[in-house]
Amino acid sequence: MGLSTNIKRPIKTVDDKFNNMMKTKTGLMKSKVERPFRAILSNFCTSYHNGRSHDDVFAGTELPMDDNGDFIAIRVKNLSKIFGKHPESAIRLLKEGMSKEEVHRTTSNDVGIYDVSFDVKEGELFVLMGLSGSGKSTLERCMNRLIQPTSGQVIIDGLDIMSLDEDTIRMVRRKKMSMVFQNFGLLPHRDIKNNVAYGLEIQGVPEAERIQTAKRYIEMVGLSGYEDNYPSDLSGGMKQRVGLARALATNPDILFMDEAFSALDPMIRNDMQDELQKIQSELRKTIVFVTHDLNEALKLGDRIALMRDGRIVQIGTAEDILRNPADDYVSRFVREVDRTKVLTAGVFMRRPRNILHTSQGLRTALRIMEESDRNTMLVVDRKNHLAGMVESDDVLKAVRSGGVLEDVVVCDVPTVRTDTPMKDVIQIMVTTNFPIPVVSDDNTLLGVISPSVAAEVLGEGGDL
Amino acid sequence: MVSPIGIFAEDMVNFIERYFGWLLDLFKNILNWPLDMLGRVLYNIDPTIFIIILFIISILVTKRLVAPILISAAFYLIYWMGYWNSAMITLNMVLVSALVAILLAMPLGIWSARSERANPVIKALMDFMQTMPAFVYLIPAVIFFGLGIVPGVVATVIFSMPPVVRLTNLGIRQVHTEMNDVADAFGSTEFQKLTKVQIPAAMPSIMAGVNQCIMLSLSMVVITAMIGGGGLGQDIVYALSRVDVALGFEAGLAVVLIAMVLDRLTQAFKDTK
Repeated sequence: MGLSTNIKRPIKTVDDKFNNMMKTKTGLMKSKVERPFRAILSNFCTSYHNGRSHDDVFAGTELPMDDNGDFIAIRVKNLSKIFGKHPESAIRLLKEGMSKEEVHRTTSNDVGIYDVSFDVKEGELFVLMGLSGSGKSTLERCMNRLIQPTSGQVIIDGLDIMSLDEDTIRMVRRKKMSMVFQNFGLLPHRDIKNNVAYGLEIQGVPEAERIQTAKRYIEMVGLSGYEDNYPSDLSGGMKQRVGLARALATNPDILFMDEAFSALDPMIRNDMQDELQKIQSELRKTIVFVTHDLNEALKLGDRIALMRDGRIVQIGTAEDILRNPADDYVSRFVREVDRTKVLTAGVFMRRPRNILHTSQGLRTALRIMEESDRNTMLVVDRKNHLAGMVESDDVLKAVRSGGVLEDVVVCDVPTVRTDTPMKDVIQIMVTTNFPIPVVSDDNTLLGVISPSVAAEVLGEGGDL
Repeated sequence: MVSPIGIFAEDMVNFIERYFGWLLDLFKNILNWPLDMLGRVLYNIDPTIFIIILFIISILVTKRLVAPILISAAFYLIYWMGYWNSAMITLNMVLVSALVAILLAMPLGIWSARSERANPVIKALMDFMQTMPAFVYLIPAVIFFGLGIVPGVVATVIFSMPPVVRLTNLGIRQVHTEMNDVADAFGSTEFQKLTKVQIPAAMPSIMAGVNQCIMLSLSMVVITAMIGGGGLGQDIVYALSRVDVALGFEAGLAVVLIAMVLDRLTQAFKDTK
């Protein structure tokens, strides 16, 4: 697929598999599934918007694809935001290569962001990461036009957000995107269910229906039973769960999260990150997540954009950024990271050697173990699925008493996935003294992590 | 001797009186309507029933027991001292004035909160209304509306409006920017933002303004009595002219009691919001 290849937008449903399936048969499904459903939706949209609905806004737009065939949900092109009275002069100076501070000194304009370009893939959790003043929140607010950018484009599902008038952008905000705020932004005079239903109320959804939807999302974030409480009754973590439920309740495609967990205690923050990952694995929204916490960025982000002084310094996966920092700034940043939290089993696993197949006998097992000087060995079946593990003592006994391999295979072996953090792997290692198998979802053996790796992970500044 | 400024003011008043008299009459009738409606209730209700109803309302509003008892006791004291009829006239005027003032002031406050151009103009107007001595606008009020309760209400409205305007303005301006972002991010129209986010969030401040408005209305009772407003103010003016300490103190005490009752009720209302 070339960069310029365009395909008709896929239809959104909650079910991601369904969604993926439809990417290939869009045209067919559109007429069968989408039309009647959307017709109902637009019934009440039209009455609120001079006869135009959300669908009319996106009608005929095409979702661009990138080189790997992934759909691009948001494309930001040369976006700049200058705060001040004479942005043109500031832009001119920036083009000449002046820094943010110099521009501020000469023109007294503040550079929010300058010449930022990137793509966010559909269903991706994209993190904007940087210290305060790096322009990450400004960038996010430009993407839903809470802040009006000075120049550049934000293309969402093939539609240039900058070209829209007030009514249309309002409609896009209602249906297409929503936002989670740093200080939760709950309305103090509304109870939880009405806070969550706010977005739906704005759209004109009838009360019974929107409360029902709100309750479903309150349950999803684990706050059942708090529907009638007021925000002041809730702790910070619970408040942000409400914020998340409110953002999800309108069933948007895109979620903007602005320092969403930064105001929470470390423990609660961790819980919320897990919660977000859980919800994201169910719903697969496109999420733009702003944070100043690198650990959070590395934990959550499918990809991370590191920002400094209103520009993007590096974009990449957590591994990219940790292993190949683009410049000194990034590497200084990265040095602070708790490596065990970020690095996953997939990074450290080795190709398994000395494996026993279920078709092989006990004597083969004994021979291999003697040759490799080990007292445990993993056993796999013909399809390379992990069957278990054997210990040399058991094998020896079975050989003497004339038993078979099946009798001595220990099935209850601790396994990890490729995305299991090394921190957890090390915890398992402490209680066992054999290599830990890394398996895929269908239990296929992918690799092993030997106990010697632990030293490598914990070692200071070792080559990753 | 009067300078051209005074002459101009006088000409203006005469001009308005001559050419807009019909409008003033209409205005007077409009104001008379709520005064008449509320008056019909207040002037005819039996004191016992009034106090019982007041007791029930204050229990509902304050959700306590002690305050409602004290509130009822205050009105019983007014009755016992023999100022019931005067108190009802005063209460009628104060409640209608406050209502009219709030109805006029809240839109002005919202307007000045949302328009940087309107804000300084409204602010200056409010300064003028609040600091111009009340006696001064009694003169045109009497010319326009004659003697009686209506010019009293007009003067009271002018005097008691500013705090509502100011505190509504302040309350909406102090709504956290994140709240406004919430409203915008979910695609609220300006009207939805105002009614669903800004006004509810500004409610404590607005209610403080309403409370101030009622207190200022009460402080006008003596002044309005000078143009025939009647009520407790008239008793006080009468006491003053006769240097009657006992009468003056009792009527004054009745004003204080009404003020305290209205204050506690509006305060409680503010807290429940």
